[in-house]
Amino acid sequence: MAGFFVQRLAGIIPVLLLISLLVFILIHAAPGDPTLMLLGEETNAADIAKANQRWGLDRPLYIQYFKFLESAAAGEFGKSFKYGEPVTGVIKARLPATIELALFAIVIATLLAIPLGVWAGAKPNSWLDNLGTTFGLFGISMPSFWLGIMLILLLAGVLNILPTSGRSTYGVAGPEITGFYLLDSVLEKNGPAAWDALTHIFMPALALGVNMLGILMRVTRSSVLEVMNEEYVVTARAKGLTEKNVIWRHVTSNALIPVITVVGLELGTLLSGSIIVETVFSWPGSGSLLITALNARDYPLVTGLVMTYTAAFVLINFIIDGLYAIIDPRIRY
Amino acid sequence: MPSLTLESATEESPGFLARLLPRLHAKAFTGGVIVLMFIAVGILGPKIAPHDPNKQELTALTKPPQGLGSPHVLGTDNLGRDIFSRIIHGARVSLLVAFAVVFISGIIGVSLGAISGYLGGKTDFLIQKVVEVVWAFPPLLLGITIMAFLGQSLFNLILALVIQRWIPYCRVVRGQALTLRSREFVVAARCLGAGKGQIILRHIIPNVIQISLVIGTFAMASSIIAEASLSFLGVGVPPEIPTWGTMLADARIYISTAWWLPLFPGLCIFITVLGINLLGDALRDSLDPRLKRTGAGI
Repeated sequence: MAGFFVQRLAGIIPVLLLISLLVFILIHAAPGDPTLMLLGEETNAADIAKANQRWGLDRPLYIQYFKFLESAAAGEFGKSFKYGEPVTGVIKARLPATIELALFAIVIATLLAIPLGVWAGAKPNSWLDNLGTTFGLFGISMPSFWLGIMLILLLAGVLNILPTSGRSTYGVAGPEITGFYLLDSVLEKNGPAAWDALTHIFMPALALGVNMLGILMRVTRSSVLEVMNEEYVVTARAKGLTEKNVIWRHVTSNALIPVITVVGLELGTLLSGSIIVETVFSWPGSGSLLITALNARDYPLVTGLVMTYTAAFVLINFIIDGLYAIIDPRIRY
Repeated sequence: MPSLTLESATEESPGFLARLLPRLHAKAFTGGVIVLMFIAVGILGPKIAPHDPNKQELTALTKPPQGLGSPHVLGTDNLGRDIFSRIIHGARVSLLVAFAVVFISGIIGVSLGAISGYLGGKTDFLIQKVVEVVWAFPPLLLGITIMAFLGQSLFNLILALVIQRWIPYCRVVRGQALTLRSREFVVAARCLGAGKGQIILRHIIPNVIQISLVIGTFAMASSIIAEASLSFLGVGVPPEIPTWGTMLADARIYISTAWWLPLFPGLCIFITVLGINLLGDALRDSLDPRLKRTGAGI
């Protein structure tokens, strides 16, 4: 098993290298001069040369790439053009918001999807199944950003019970400890702040989680349907276990194996989905930061963000692979 | 009893249409009707739209929906443009992008998958490395990055979507090709002296068309959402072309004042994608005997 992990880890490195090259080429193939964009059209040549030298833009491309690789390996992506601070710091400050949102979305999706999927799969063609299947289909067909807009329209606009955007009301949140507002307010035993954070995160998390909810529900349902025909389920029934026991102990625990893979796979989709949902809700995470950085042609920041997202995506898939091997003893590498 | 009606519509008692075409499920029927309508509106767009989608009527700014028979059925936006006409024109862009993406990525994915699976060896290794790298990008992120740097145009948009959507075809077709290459009819063709290209074209690809169709349906649904997402973020089609995504982007600041602006374009995306997914489900149910047996479908 250890061999498998080492092998997989070694396999990730060339992938990350190729990705960095691709990102680098893409960014430099783009039309538009970042120096001009930042300094304005009327800057004189000397100033442009100075800026180019400061940012290393006057060097040959391959040197720029190797420089970039060297610093990327150390977790440094240079200074952001826009913020004038190291990219790593800028991203780090925004990451907790995105991670908190993604985690909350996963919690909402799994908490709703798994029971629904199990119920639907355990009683195929019942009204519960029909309800669950419809729900699942709606979930996978729903554009998350539109759901976000509709939620704002309904819950914030018409009913006026939830705030439209942001992570917290100004002045409510206490000092930052971890950067996760919900966790922070619990640590500080600050009830109002926790409630405030909860009301802010609910809509974006629901919008972000809706596609995952649909997919998870459908996977759970079909996985349960398949497991229901297994011999050990027949055995469990034959020895007189109650239906509830059969479903929740014998069927669900086995049916959840493919579900875990899907959670992992969807995590990546969730991460990139957060870019658009964060934009809808003005959520101050790394996703909305990416859009800002792209609009400003902030090369280092864009590169850093794309690399962060991709590395996270690759890493998550790696972890899920390992988890899969641990959970299902039938899989041996 | 809602359960009874729902059940009878899908499984129990086949209705008139289901008797007419034994394989036609309620699912396939609903999905088919939605998709056909979408295609019809997309093709006929300019002919059936009551107004020019970009014409600004300054005397009718931000008018709420006025109902059938009135000049602006679904109301107007903040610039006095007719929502209904813009939605009809938007269908055209979605249709064009979705079909182009599915078709191009299908051709690339199926051929590369068939070559990869049938030839094996170094070719397979190389193609699979490319698959691995492209697949390592979070889906929407690659599209955003490409569009942001290449600039907004219909061509770039299609390119940005194709670049990742050929992967599912390639993976599935490769798996199929791997098993097909040791089947008797392929071995027989090889013994009779058929070349590699001939075997791939004549024997491998015809056998993977069905499964590719199913993948294509779901790819179409995801392309429509992706196109709308990119347009919403302002990196999709050029702003002068009305699309559902750009309409939603324009509507963002008017959420609290004009509910009809974000409602209708989004509803169109949702219903279209729902229809395509329904069709895809039905297609998979009828093509995959294993899923048919259990009555399941992911």
